[in-house]
Amino acid sequence: MKKVLLVAALFAAVSAVHAEDTLKKIKDSGAITMGVRESSGLSYTIGDGKYVGYHIDVCERVIADLRKQLGSKIEVKYQPVTSANRIPLTVNGTVDLECGSTTNNSARQKDVAFAVTTYVEEVRIAVKANSGITSINQLNGKTVATTTGTTSVQTLRKHERATGVDFKEVFGKDHADSFLLLDSGRADAFVMDGSILAKNIATSKNPADFKIVGEVLSVEPIAIMMRKDDPAFKKAVDDSIKAIIKSGELAKLYDKWFLQPIPPTNTRSGLPLSAATKEAWANPNDKPMEDYAKK
Amino acid sequence: MSWDWQFYCNDTATGEAVAGCFGPGGKEQTYLQWMLHAWGWTLSVSLLALLLALVVGSLIGIIRTAPNKWLARFGEAWTELFRNIPLLVQVFLWYHVIPSLFPVLREALSSTVLIVFALGFFTSARIGEQVKAGINTLPRGQRYAGLAVGMTLPQTYRFVLLPMAFRIVIPPLTSESMNIVKNSAVAFAVSIPELLQFALQASEETSHFEEIFIPVTLLYFVSAFAINRVAKFVEAQVRIPGTSGAK
Repeated sequence: MKKVLLVAALFAAVSAVHAEDTLKKIKDSGAITMGVRESSGLSYTIGDGKYVGYHIDVCERVIADLRKQLGSKIEVKYQPVTSANRIPLTVNGTVDLECGSTTNNSARQKDVAFAVTTYVEEVRIAVKANSGITSINQLNGKTVATTTGTTSVQTLRKHERATGVDFKEVFGKDHADSFLLLDSGRADAFVMDGSILAKNIATSKNPADFKIVGEVLSVEPIAIMMRKDDPAFKKAVDDSIKAIIKSGELAKLYDKWFLQPIPPTNTRSGLPLSAATKEAWANPNDKPMEDYAKK
Repeated sequence: MSWDWQFYCNDTATGEAVAGCFGPGGKEQTYLQWMLHAWGWTLSVSLLALLLALVVGSLIGIIRTAPNKWLARFGEAWTELFRNIPLLVQVFLWYHVIPSLFPVLREALSSTVLIVFALGFFTSARIGEQVKAGINTLPRGQRYAGLAVGMTLPQTYRFVLLPMAFRIVIPPLTSESMNIVKNSAVAFAVSIPELLQFALQASEETSHFEEIFIPVTLLYFVSAFAINRVAKFVEAQVRIPGTSGAK
């Protein structure tokens, strides 16, 4: 009986790690762990352990503001994450601020919290320019690639159910792998967030071989992710982001990463600022994807 | 630590609960059906690869003990090639590199065939090693006695050497068979809709990580353990009293 009580007490202690104070944790340890992606549109690696991207720049400005607020030095540690492990790593404390391209939706809001939306993503289709495909309806009977562990898999599934279009799905283990499936001809189309498509095309060997086509399959707000039940930290991050929206710096960052040449190949994505993103900046909010679909 | 198992009865596209936990099938399925479907894929890929590995591996093991030097060298080259490259790298070689070197293969072979080749040949090198070791355990006199009573070399292998050698190596072969079930998890990297792919995708969609990974772990365990029990049964049935390994 005593052993059972001891084990139960240990379990309770381990699981009682909610509502932690991230600001206190950062101040005490002098470091913050930034979750980064290896090959997404808003956060990627250019080799040598260096990570760059639109959301990385936003997070660096947020951390600079945190330094001012806490009045102490904060070292930044980079933790690469994947679609599959980004939420568990945030929930268990390994990552404090996830700066990749995570969609804000209601299912995820049960486990984590999101900062105000910095980018609104539209799920599109990338095809080879000479394939002649311009719409998802032309994909009947063709092979469509998407990445395991992303919301696009479910989007495709819902679309198949709703329209009766039937296609064969292949799953890449990450975005670079899915793009390789399109590049090598194993897939006729790659369905994913527009920014990820644009980035993979821009950094490929022959960008002119590919095109982003078709209607918008899904509108998704992308935001920086952090642990739930920590209002002080969320307020600090939100205030910082609202400040860079107001000062016009966010618009400049968008221009830098989507309209100007970017490393490592110095090509440009050429993705113009969508109306939905402008609207999200005008009225900063952390509404989930389901609220966008209702419109 | 509150677990919610209800989502297994939800439809995978609409997210609504389905009465009886089983939908009409095909594209309309619940998460439970998806998991069982994925388990079926894991078992199919594992068993097909195991069959290929046993057949090819036994052949390789046999020719490595043959007196013909060229056969023996071919067997060694095969073993070293597939033993020294990591499994995941081999899977990518079969899936991406070889079809781009031989474009005709891309249309002809589905990804299932390619993963069965990758898993099967990787394991065949290990099985070849074990079969060779089993044959070499036997006293040299067995081979010469067989030849002396007038059997040809193939007949000696078939009637004298292999029956004993295979009975000796059933335990390591059991391990290899169980390894194939576990290694089949790498198939997710080449888009086979098996258990690990289900676990990663479904836990992303539903955010119920523990409720998905624990049953998936149990299913892998049960699959590998079932092979273990089958092998134990086979071992008991083919036992020859008075030879090594018998009671």
